[in-house]
Formats: sequence, structure tokens, C-alpha cells
Amino acid sequence: MQKPVKLPSDDKRWRVVEATMRRNGYRPDALIETLHTVQESFGYLDNDALMFVSQALRVSPSQVFGVATFYHFFNLKPQGEHTCAVCLGTACYIKGANKIIEAIEEEYGIKSGETTPDDRLSLLTVRCVGACGLAPAVVFDNNVLGNESPDGMLETIRERLAEVPEGAAQ
Amino acid sequence: MMTYDELAELAAESREKQQQYKYCLRVCMAAGCLSQHSDSIKAALEDEVKAQGRDHEIQIKGVGCLGLCAAGPLVAVEPDNVLYEKVQAEDAPALIASIGKEPISELRCDEKMPFFSRQTKIVLENSGVIDPESLEDYLNADGYKGLYRVLTEMSPSEVIDEIMESGLRGRGGAGYPTGLKWATVAKASGDVKYVICNGDEGDPGAFMDRSVLESDPYRILEGMTIAGYAVGSNRGYVYVRAEYPLAIDRLKLALRQAKRNNLLGENILGTGFDFNLEIRLGAGAYVCGEETALMGSIEGHRGTPRPRPPYPADHGLWGQPTLINNVETYANIAPIIRNGSAWFSSIGTESSKGTKVFALAGQVKNTGLIEVPMGISLREIVEVIGGGTTGSGEFKAVQTGGPTGGCIPAEYLDVPVDYSSLTRLGSIMGSGGMIIMDKTSSMVDVAKYFMEFCKSESCGKCIPCRVGTAQMYGLLDKISKGQATMADLDLLEQLCDLVRNASLCGLGGSAPNPIMSTLKYFRSEYLEKIIDAPVLEPAAE
Repeated sequence: MQKPVKLPSDDKRWRVVEATMRRNGYRPDALIETLHTVQESFGYLDNDALMFVSQALRVSPSQVFGVATFYHFFNLKPQGEHTCAVCLGTACYIKGANKIIEAIEEEYGIKSGETTPDDRLSLLTVRCVGACGLAPAVVFDNNVLGNESPDGMLETIRERLAEVPEGAAQ
Repeated sequence: MMTYDELAELAAESREKQQQYKYCLRVCMAAGCLSQHSDSIKAALEDEVKAQGRDHEIQIKGVGCLGLCAAGPLVAVEPDNVLYEKVQAEDAPALIASIGKEPISELRCDEKMPFFSRQTKIVLENSGVIDPESLEDYLNADGYKGLYRVLTEMSPSEVIDEIMESGLRGRGGAGYPTGLKWATVAKASGDVKYVICNGDEGDPGAFMDRSVLESDPYRILEGMTIAGYAVGSNRGYVYVRAEYPLAIDRLKLALRQAKRNNLLGENILGTGFDFNLEIRLGAGAYVCGEETALMGSIEGHRGTPRPRPPYPADHGLWGQPTLINNVETYANIAPIIRNGSAWFSSIGTESSKGTKVFALAGQVKNTGLIEVPMGISLREIVEVIGGGTTGSGEFKAVQTGGPTGGCIPAEYLDVPVDYSSLTRLGSIMGSGGMIIMDKTSSMVDVAKYFMEFCKSESCGKCIPCRVGTAQMYGLLDKISKGQATMADLDLLEQLCDLVRNASLCGLGGSAPNPIMSTLKYFRSEYLEKIIDAPVLEPAAE
């Protein structure tokens, strides 16, 4: 096993990333597993993280970047405080998921894949979350909401955005 | 070290404990009902049982998918065999009070309806019955009996013969005979062999594998371990999409418990057989459902397919002989070993044995998960089990096989569901997604939707697929906007042929299916949108 590479900063979250790599013996095939852990810990993959993973696993930066961009699940940009991922699977599409997207795009002035300027809401689309029985489905902050409608979804978003962010002082 | 007898004791203890209860309330904790907050309903029921002082006689149990997602959250009451639908936390007091008395009629779901009575359950036999987070529950449902029998009474070749005779075919879509695949891997020479479970259920509209992993994860571990023994492998991977967090959690828990109880790892149950399993997460690439792409992904690369042959059976993961089967295929293994191949092959048709799980979705009343014997007609699935279309919508087509499948119109609804019949209709069995469309769906729009999917999911390695899907999408877009000519339609058809025949893997090879099947059965819808279309006689196809 190679000697571990120095962590990019004192941020404790890097320890979690390191643990994943150690568990996999710093093997190059742990690349995707490691990127998953980075994204879970930091929310997205920035260049520093990609370079660190590249050095630690001895995988070329181009390959790390190639993998990070190939898979839709990885974000290279930070997400907003809340994420709203509208399912665009077949069942949801047939039941009008695109109308939900249009409604949100219009209301918040962002396109799918974008974040509002105040970083409070990101609008995403996903390919089938497997909740087809509840189509159209939306994953809001990792909670699956079923049988959604454009108006109902806008209402939910308004409610969630109005909530005081966790940890914010009154 | 745990022996089988000790395991049996563990199971018996838990069974006795559960038998002390007079009633058991099974609350669906699969992703569908969970999204309707079935977890808080379970908590409310638990509180209420205590509040009414009945916690000595009523057990509340979280279980996997009960099937009828459309009516979730679902709660089943045993032994009364009562099913409640759309239960809310507020219903808890009345619900608990009614146990042992008259069921609450307003909440009751007709458990005798065809949706339930017409199903034949093998893969889903434990779904909605056992607690997916409890090894004891799985053991009490005959779990690990198959593995124990295999490890103590059967030789690897006997196991393969049994699977071969059962007639089981791959449930991932292509329908390759499972026994034959196992035999090839067993014969292949190599010091190390791998067993992989393909749980990268990427087809939009399909959620069978998710449900199986969420509802009965041990079944997959048992099936894979049996496979490992049969082909001579000591190492396996379960590849699951990252989009299924609940399935991953339950699988991880099952893996830990299986290891702790000597059902995985070194010297399983003291029989001398070693088998280790790891979970690998997908990362949202549809093409990774293709077996060579999936193996690339496990190796930490971009998931791009490579030409076959050599097939994974000879040259798979890290160049070693590799057995790769789908979740549902592995889910069939333990029951076949337990009940014998003759039992399994008595179900289904001549060429397609056993059952198939379908995910029923779209414009149909009873959306949810069903398991039916092979050979059942599409009409029975759609009209009887599915309860027909929703609202006033008239049935138009059923789409099978995911984005690379085809649309089957009303006049072919009496066709039996098996691998060859669906292929003859220009669709495929696929993994089991079944989307019902009514007259409100435009077929050009549907084809365009699927092509948009294939275009963005094409891995980019081979030109026919990378460029072809983009060009076909462009043409469909033009047609849907009413700007296309007959020459465009001709070009579209030529491209379908080219992409189908020249692509490297199954994604490109079947990407034209939605266009070709809609052109075949709904050509008039295309022609209506074309500028210089010849005037048609009605119903020209």
C-alpha cells in the first residue's frame, strides 16, 4: 500500500474521504466510490478535491475528470441550499412532469440544472427515481414526493424556502 | 462460528416471540409508501398500541413493498387478512381500536381484487411480508435453506443442472438461459472468478429491482452465494444505482448481518466454502446497465461498453471469468433450489418459464408492482390487474422494455407476454417496466422523449449511436414541430436501420425501437405532422 497523501486541509470531512480510500486499499478502482464520498461530504466535486483524489489513488487527473464528468450523478458545481429534482422518467413524463419543471422555471427564473442567484434553490432533473407508482415524482432535499402537480410543487417550494435555515440564529 | 443449527435456533426464537402476538400490522416501508410518510404512520401506530395498552398482543412491523403503490401508504392486518389503503397518521387510534373487531370500511382496500388475486409470486413472495431489515424474518421464510442444501448436499455441477432444467432465463431483458451462462463461467479457466449482480436499473419506468432490494435483500445475497458456489467463485459485487439510497442502506445492513452470522465470508456455515461480497454504487449512467460497461464502472472507469466477444464469461472483470446476472434472476435462484426445477418449469410457457415482475405505471388505475406467470396476455395485465386506464382516457398503447423497447397498440393486447412474442411485435421484454398510455399521449412526442433519453445517455464511444441518436432526435423534433418533409421521414427510417445494425452495444442497437414501433403502428400520427404528406386513406396501416 502506498503512503497516504497529505489531506488538502484540516477540514474533518477529508478524514471521511480518506477512510473510504483506506477501506479500498488506495486502489485505483476505488475512484468512483471515493468520488461518491467526496460528494456526500462536500455536496459537490471541486478541482481541489479531484486533484487530491487523483494523487491519493494514483489515477491521472484526466481520468478522474473524465469519470467525474461522465457520470450524471456527480456535480462539479455547488448546489443551492435546497435541491428540487424533478423526475423525468417515462411514467412521470407521461403524467406531466415537464409541466412541473416549466412552472418552477417560470416562477424562479432558472433553467433546469441552474441555481437561483441567492443560492437557495437548485432545479435539477433526474432519470427515474423508481417511484413510478407515484408519478409524477419530485425529489426535494432527498425526500421523494409523489403525485405532484405544478401548483402543489410551487406551494411546497415556497413553504420550504420560508423555513429558517438550520443553525441560523434567530 | 455459526452453524446452521444455531441459525435455526435464532430463527425459532424470533418466531416464538412473534407468535406471542395475536395480531401483526404490516406497514409498507418501501420507497413508494415511505414518500407518503409511512414511517410516521408506523410510529403513530406504535404509540397508539402502547396508549391503548395492547402492545402485548399487537405487533407493528415494517415490511417491504405491498405492491399497490397507487393506494399507498398501505397497512395489512394479520391474521384477519385486511388491507388498509391511504392510511394517515390520524387514522392510528381508530385503526388500532378496530383490531379484533370490525374492520374500518372507509379505509379498506379490496384485498380480493384481481390486482392481488391474479398474481403468482416467486420473486416477491416475501415482499410486504417479512421485515427486510431482519435476518430472522428471512430465515423464517425458508431463507438460506437453499444455500444450506447447495453447500451440504449438492455438487456445483448439480446446482448448474438444476438451474439449467428449470428453464430460467435472464430477467435483465435479453433472456439468455441462466443455466447456460453459469455452465460457461464454471468451465472457463481462471484462478479468480467473479460474480456480479446487475442492479443498475436504469430504465425509466422500471422499479422492480429497487423493490426487491428494498423488500427482500437477503434473497439476492443467497442467490449470489449459490451462484458463487456453482461457478467456483469466491468474490462478488452488487452494483446498485446511487439513485436508490434506501435499497443501498438495506442491502448494506443485510450484508453486515450475513457476515456476522457466517452466511458470507470465510467458511460459510462451517462448510468450507468462502464467498465475499461488496457493494459498488453506480453514478447515474444508463449505459452501465450494459454488462461490459458495468464492469468498467466497477473497475473505476467511465462506463463505456467494449465489443463482445470475448464475453464476460471468459474475459470479464479485471480480465477474469465473470458471471453477471440481474437482480430478479438471482431472486429466482433460492426458490428453484428449494422447490426443485420441475416446480419452476411448470409455471410459464414452453420457452419462457417462471414468472416476471412488472412495474405498472403511467395512465393506469392500479399502478404498482406485479408478478405474473409468463404467457399471461397483455390485456389481462392492463385491463384486469391494472384495472384499465385512469379517468376517461381510452387505452392507446403499452410501452414495454424501457427507452429502447417499443409501443404495443390495442389490437395486439391479446399477445402472450414472453420473450419471443414481444420481440416479434417490435418491442422487448426488457427489465419489466410497463407504461400504459392513453389517447392523450402523442406517439411522436413519446418517440422524441425516448430519443432524447438515448441521445443524452449514449456513452459516445461508437459513432452510429453517438451521432445517430442526435440526428434522429433532431428529425423527430422537426416532425413534432410540423416542419418536416417526407424526405426527412425517409432519412429517419434509414437512420433507424443504420443505428440498429452498426452500434457497438445494446443501447444503440435498440435505441431506434421506439421510433420503429411507433412508425409501424401509429404511422398516421407522423404523417399528420408532415408538410408534404400524401393524403391518406383512414387507418392505412
